[in-house]
Amino acid sequence: MNKTNYSEKEIYNLIAGIPDPEIPVITIEDLGILREVSIKDDKILISITPTYSGCPAMKAIENDIKEILSKHDIGPVEIKTVFSPVWTTDWISDEAKEKLRVYGISPPEKSSSDKNVLLNRHVYCPRCNSTNTELISQFGSTACKALYKCKDCLEPFDHFKCH
Amino acid sequence: MSELNKNIAEYALRIGDTSLILGQRLAEWCGHGPILEEDIALTNISLDLIGQSRAFLTYAGEKEGNGRSEDDLAFFREARTFKNRLMAEQPNGDYAQTMIRQLFLSVYQYYFYTELMKSKDETFAALAEKSLKEVTYHVRHSSEWTIRFGDGTEESHVRTLEAVDTLWKYTGDLFETDQIDADLKKAGIAVDMDVVKTSWDKKIREIFETATLTIPQEGFMIGGSVAGMHTEHLGHLLAEMQVLPRSFPGVEW
Repeated sequence: MNKTNYSEKEIYNLIAGIPDPEIPVITIEDLGILREVSIKDDKILISITPTYSGCPAMKAIENDIKEILSKHDIGPVEIKTVFSPVWTTDWISDEAKEKLRVYGISPPEKSSSDKNVLLNRHVYCPRCNSTNTELISQFGSTACKALYKCKDCLEPFDHFKCH
Repeated sequence: MSELNKNIAEYALRIGDTSLILGQRLAEWCGHGPILEEDIALTNISLDLIGQSRAFLTYAGEKEGNGRSEDDLAFFREARTFKNRLMAEQPNGDYAQTMIRQLFLSVYQYYFYTELMKSKDETFAALAEKSLKEVTYHVRHSSEWTIRFGDGTEESHVRTLEAVDTLWKYTGDLFETDQIDADLKKAGIAVDMDVVKTSWDKKIREIFETATLTIPQEGFMIGGSVAGMHTEHLGHLLAEMQVLPRSFPGVEW
């Protein structure tokens, strides 16, 4: 174990590119799940925050982080789940939102602090950009998504819920 | 363990147990939903609730200071030490009963977490803020179904009224408090349950009006959850939920 060879920033960069297990086109950094890397008393502390309380991807992400660090002989590592500040889709960068759209997932709108936006129904179709869309189910294939249908191109699609 | 930590542990247990037991009830619908979208919706809500419960139970274990994990608390306690609201353990019944139970509890959790966000306990405040976002979707889902059933066909209207009739007597228990609540409220940690109840009453009244449902007359209420008194249903639920870890202690996935 040789933690002194790596700075906090270097460790952060090693794990920042881990893809989300459910939506592999974006990383845990893109999503804002990875919060902080710090080194204290020869121990590496990594803080992650869940998107949804019950998101099963958190465990997979923890395992991915441990695997990468152990490959580089970095340790000991403690992974902490933090809840404050509370995760919001506002942390997803515009670039990552575009990656979501290209992948076929309609990205979340801005500003989840407004409850009306949280329950907004004006959702863009990721394929034809139409706003003439219809909610099929507000719960989808993962906790963070709702199921919509485009009434112009008739394609069903996932919408990353504003949160 | 200080008196304050003991009270915080108990308070966290009550919140976590309500989410856990309701989450377990909803998970019983997995594979049995009336349509695919609803099957997915109920299991998603269940997942949110179990996730919330994990955080609150972990915190309860920390504050208790006896080294009990979330799993120890969920799987190795007897019914009398569970502190979930009685509403959460009521059986699924038909879809109207599941939705009315969900409406009562989601609206309760919505206003409860809204108040808990102001808690001086930072962990409670953070978990409340996180949970509230998820519960907002749960309220929307159950209120839409309540309106659709209540203002739907004659059959759906009658069955929704029957569900309300069955579950109304457990609504009083949602707002029951004891000395622990009073002490923690004085310390700025626990919520003011009167505020939660006033908001709950108003919101349920609004939804019922749109759904053409009537609020039952004031009548007998069954309480006791804060003291660990339960209806017969909890034991059966726990038997199913706990059987695996109890049969194979220390088993891993």
